Amino acid sequence: MLRIFKTRETITKIQQRQISEFIIEKLIFLSGLASVLFVILIFVFLLKEGVSLFKTVSLKDFLIGKFWYPISDPPRFGVLPLLMGSLWVTLGAVLIAVPLGLGCAIFIGQIVPRSLRDYFKAGVELLAAIPSVVLGFVGLVTLVPLVRHLFHLRSGLTVLSGSLMLAFMAMPTIVSIIEDAFNAVPKSYREGSFALGATQWQTIYRVLIPAAAPGILAGVMLGMGRVIGETMAVMMITGNAAILPKSFFDPARTMTATIAAEMGEAVRGSSHYFALFAIGIVLFLITFLVNLVADFVLHRKK
Amino acid sequence: MSKIHVQDLNLYYSSFHALKDVSMNIEACRITSMIGPSGCGKSTLLRVFNRMNDLIDGVRIEGEVLIDGKNIFGRDILLSELRKRIGMVFQRPNPFPISIFENVAYGPRVHGLAKSKDLEGLVERCLSAVELWEVLKDKLHHSALSLSGEQQQRLCIARLLAIEPDVLLMDEPCSALDPIATAKIEELCFQLKERYTIVIVTHNMQQAARISDDVGFMLLGELVEFGQTDKIFTNPVDQRTNDYISGRFG
Ligand SMILES: Nc1ncnc2c1ncn2[C@@H]1O[C@H](COP(=O)(O)OP(=O)(O)OP(=O)(O)O)[C@@H](O)[C@H]1O
Ligand SMILES: [Mg+2]
Repeated sequence: MLRIFKTRETITKIQQRQISEFIIEKLIFLSGLASVLFVILIFVFLLKEGVSLFKTVSLKDFLIGKFWYPISDPPRFGVLPLLMGSLWVTLGAVLIAVPLGLGCAIFIGQIVPRSLRDYFKAGVELLAAIPSVVLGFVGLVTLVPLVRHLFHLRSGLTVLSGSLMLAFMAMPTIVSIIEDAFNAVPKSYREGSFALGATQWQTIYRVLIPAAAPGILAGVMLGMGRVIGETMAVMMITGNAAILPKSFFDPARTMTATIAAEMGEAVRGSSHYFALFAIGIVLFLITFLVNLVADFVLHRKK
Repeated sequence: MSKIHVQDLNLYYSSFHALKDVSMNIEACRITSMIGPSGCGKSTLLRVFNRMNDLIDGVRIEGEVLIDGKNIFGRDILLSELRKRIGMVFQRPNPFPISIFENVAYGPRVHGLAKSKDLEGLVERCLSAVELWEVLKDKLHHSALSLSGEQQQRLCIARLLAIEPDVLLMDEPCSALDPIATAKIEELCFQLKERYTIVIVTHNMQQAARISDDVGFMLLGELVEFGQTDKIFTNPVDQRTNDYISGRFG
């Protein structure tokens, strides 16, 4: 028979459960709130410090000024060469990493025999485990002379070297996300295509790639986010010259490298100090935008 | 000469013996049903004919399968050519996530059959053959995934017709469809039978009785009995066939 009346004992048990439920719920809520709060705090701090720059320098001079001479007299705080430095290096890295990453993901996911697949995957993931300063160091002594010799340049410290290096660093992200995207494509598409007599390659580029397109785009975007934010390696091998690059063979300096290199020596509260924060805002906005687009692309499908 | 001649066919998934000494002849322009309880090897047999089992690791095949007198395991067989001639419709409709038009155009494009000018006519003919043209002619560029299950299955058949196969393998093509849609697909099979050899796997005994000219009954990887439909259903030779069709097991 069903017991309708609860005993005193079960009532306290239920109460206890309700209390712990309540506490857990609030804790989860708090930790969610905390992460949002941190982001807001960081952004507010960045904004407050960065905006102070515009008391002494006009926004226009900052955004489209062609010269970054922070310690000359009078100082010039044009972010354009740094912005362009970042964009060139990123563009180069994306141009190299996307075809390579796509090919690598297809190779690992579709072509390599199953028994070898895990080794290749581990190899790619290992790439992500190398600290960026180590990669930068290795790049400095191998990639830089190579680029110099190959293209007969006076110096191998160029945008191209940085792009190559960053392409490698973005590869693990790009490959693993694209590979997941391929795995998420229903097997029945592959079967249907093979059953119509399509070859492996036709199946990959006519069915698999279109079906996985949103995931591929997201992988590219996230890889790009990684590239824009990267500092150490790129500081070591792009020549670190704050000039507007005109080609991939020019030296460049990125926004991240500038902040990292100059934050230590900038006098706290000086225009230079505020200018570095202003660069931080620009950087923040760019990565935010990239992530937003990636997110949009990923979720539009569902 | 029969369309498909199977002689002493054995198939192993690694160590699992999935088809045992199967021999039979499938005739052209007839509908042949394969029936039998779940797991008896119907799909496996069907997938031998267009060599889809090649995609699975560890499959070993012994014996002989001749289609139009040609050994499909021969060295001179081009897989893509074989699969172009032996089309397959799957249990779950699996149109590609591209437009309706592109789904039908897929095969011809892959085989380099038609220039884009002729493609439109071809797509129209294939969609008409499965009676989708009137309904869909203004929606050709919509995603194929927006169609109903039955329409998707028809589209998958149209997609096959576009590469002009001569054998259609259908693996439980109606199991995801309601009775009305099923009746329509069966009707379509009747029409297609004039020009195509159809082999259909079904769990539905009535369906096998309704549509097929020949029936094969399989059990645990063996082909127990094979013959004309009315004979199998009214006067089976083997006791196991009798038990199965009278619903005593399976
Ligand atoms: N890829 C595979 N690897 C190993 N064993 C398999 C594989 N595919 C099928 N089998 C086994 O082979 C046997 C026959 O499978 P098959 O799919 O041909 O049966 P079926 O008659 O089509 O069954 P159903 O009516 O459920 O579709 C089953 O016992 C199944 O477990
Ligand atoms: Mg089956």
